[in-house]
Amino acid sequence: MNETVPQSANPLPLRERMKLPRQQMPEQPAADRVLNFHEVNLGYSAELAQQEARRCLECQKPACMNNCPVGVKVREFVQLIMAGDFSGAAAIIREDNVLPAVTGRVCPQEDHCEAGCVLHKKGVSLGIGYLERFVADYEQRMAIRHVPNTAPTGMKVAIVGSGPSGLSAAGDLVQKGHKVHVFEALHELGGVLVYGIPEFRLPKQIIREQIAYMQGMGVEFETDVVVGRTVTINELFDEEAYDAVFVGTGAGSPLFMEIPGEHLNGVYSANEFLTRINLMHAYEFPRYDQPIVDLRGKDVAVIGGGNTALDTIRSAVRLGARKAYVLYRRSEAEMPARIEEVNHARQEGVDFRLLTSPVEFLPDSKGWLGGVRCVRMELGEADASGRRRPIPIPDSEFDLPLSVAVIAVGTSANPVIQSTTPGLATNKRGYIEADPASQRTSRKGVFAGGDIVTGSATVILAMAAGRRAAKSIHEYLTTGQW
Amino acid sequence: MFPVLEAQFIAPGIKRFVLQAPRIARKQQPGQFVILRLHEHGERIPLTIERSDPHEGTISIVVQSVGKTTHLLNSLEAGDAILDVVGPLGKPSAIEKFGTVVVMGGGVGAAMAFPTAVALKRAGNRVISIIGARTREMVILEKELREVSDRLMVTTDDGSYGDKGLVIDKLRQVIVEGTRIHLVLAVGPIPMMKAVAEITRGPCIPTMVSLNPIMIDGTGMCGGCRVLVEGKSRFACVDGPEFDAHSVNFDVLMQRNAMYRAAEQESMAEFQREAESQTEIVRRAQGELCAVEGSRR
Repeated sequence: MNETVPQSANPLPLRERMKLPRQQMPEQPAADRVLNFHEVNLGYSAELAQQEARRCLECQKPACMNNCPVGVKVREFVQLIMAGDFSGAAAIIREDNVLPAVTGRVCPQEDHCEAGCVLHKKGVSLGIGYLERFVADYEQRMAIRHVPNTAPTGMKVAIVGSGPSGLSAAGDLVQKGHKVHVFEALHELGGVLVYGIPEFRLPKQIIREQIAYMQGMGVEFETDVVVGRTVTINELFDEEAYDAVFVGTGAGSPLFMEIPGEHLNGVYSANEFLTRINLMHAYEFPRYDQPIVDLRGKDVAVIGGGNTALDTIRSAVRLGARKAYVLYRRSEAEMPARIEEVNHARQEGVDFRLLTSPVEFLPDSKGWLGGVRCVRMELGEADASGRRRPIPIPDSEFDLPLSVAVIAVGTSANPVIQSTTPGLATNKRGYIEADPASQRTSRKGVFAGGDIVTGSATVILAMAAGRRAAKSIHEYLTTGQW
Repeated sequence: MFPVLEAQFIAPGIKRFVLQAPRIARKQQPGQFVILRLHEHGERIPLTIERSDPHEGTISIVVQSVGKTTHLLNSLEAGDAILDVVGPLGKPSAIEKFGTVVVMGGGVGAAMAFPTAVALKRAGNRVISIIGARTREMVILEKELREVSDRLMVTTDDGSYGDKGLVIDKLRQVIVEGTRIHLVLAVGPIPMMKAVAEITRGPCIPTMVSLNPIMIDGTGMCGGCRVLVEGKSRFACVDGPEFDAHSVNFDVLMQRNAMYRAAEQESMAEFQREAESQTEIVRRAQGELCAVEGSRR
């Protein structure tokens, strides 16, 4: 750990710093933003960022940094913000995080860095995520590039998937001098960042700029390649002379509930609903060709309580839904979604129906969805996940009229790579087996990380897996030892 | 960018394209498809690969003008390019020596069934092909299918060529003649595939159909192409596109394929108002992209 703490640029004594309130994130008013897909959070100004940075206690042993899955040196970059050296702050973040403008927006900081912040224990944590976002946006606005000059090693690494884990691995590997080639199945780069997360939370332009930065570092990208179909992992080694392969394909397949009526028109998976909107721009139909069901004046529900569920229902609000429900089988305390997203959704008029679970989708007279039959739940003992288990209350069924229902109850492993790569071990749920420290798989030279190993998790955990993989790929390539 | 090397109408509204797509050409097997996107604002649509040439690095597709995207695609010529082509997707057809197989193509389905017919013949099967179209000039791939078939039967709805009637009439005829059929493969409009399934269900003739649900990513990620097979959701893009005809719920497939009819009509109407300019938009965008890609090299 870095023990040399620079001279503090903050004249305030610690006691005074602790009295400062957390600077609010400027945001679009709810009444405006439900009518557009523009970003909700507007970002700190330099003044707000510096005011917020002054709250930092500059701890000798910063728990914020230790709590960061990718190890961003939080104290150092915050000190540089205080000192007004925003470019320097960006360079410090980039040492550990190749997608700062992304994580500054979508990382659940309240579970990581901000949970470790001493201010959090005393009241409200430092706005570390907001500060990271400020620095990253400053870097993009000023077109600052920190491109390390590394001698090429002559080694070639293939990265399968351009989502958070793949981009993170690619960024670290290219800085070690390896030739890095990223394959993407879709026509646009970014994986779940582009097809999953809506414009109002993570603008596509931000992702494009972060990827352009990586292209500037020498990372090569190729779209429209489904590894496992267009080219197999064996062929990447044998015919295209790659020395190592990282598989970061994401969780992939949406889970359905296997209840009656799921095939009705108007019932979507969250992946499809969000892909139509985010990747295919269905909200700009007919300027873009891919449509989505017209939601204007319709009643819409999402089933699930995660960030994907909230992204879905908030998109539905923006598409003109009359009523927008979240149906979640546990209580608010167990909801996996970020608190900020829950608050934003409430402000936008989303109706949370908690302890509620669908049992059947009901057709209208034309074979479209007409409603959903639900059962009320109560919470029992804690289950394996530590959350209290929902139990149906007998004879509590009721019907809710609906035109569109979106299922956001999770994902399962996409089998395309596993089924076309001999010798690649998977667990009983179909995810790829990888060592949690080195991300090595059962196949020599093949590493894996992110949701395809763990099942659905977060952007930052996938990025951390990508970093660990990059480190052990580098070791493997330089020592030749498996 | 995937250059169009050849583009030729083979029937009114039906065009055959040869595309440069070396990675796909190397891997394609009968029954697989590609998903393509024409331009930056375009939708993604699935199309079966009619054949491929791994040495030339080309694949061909046969496209019938139905909605906006297929009309726009069919306005492209050799020298144009398609922005995105991804594949080969889906499970390949099961090819083995079954014995006697009946390959049925309704309308443009003849082009989809063609590569599987070729492979089945090569595997040593006796191939009976049945193709049908509305009218004489809509009959496609007759010559090619004749070459790989032990017997070829052609029907037209209006009797202007071959026998008047439907492809299913010919299937009934083959069954009545007492031919022992080991497998039927049917590709075409949903009502045709459904009718085939009904005919072969009684005599328990194994029957495969190639389904054409609405699809987006084609990799199993979105679940939009789910079809009900034996009462369970299956994804046509990764579990199919071929399924056991006797287990498929065709009514649900038909209903789901109608989900965006209003939007499709809106797109089409707008396209018809300004068809030429839309083709120009695609070409201009491609020109700009080529220039950008060229400058990067």
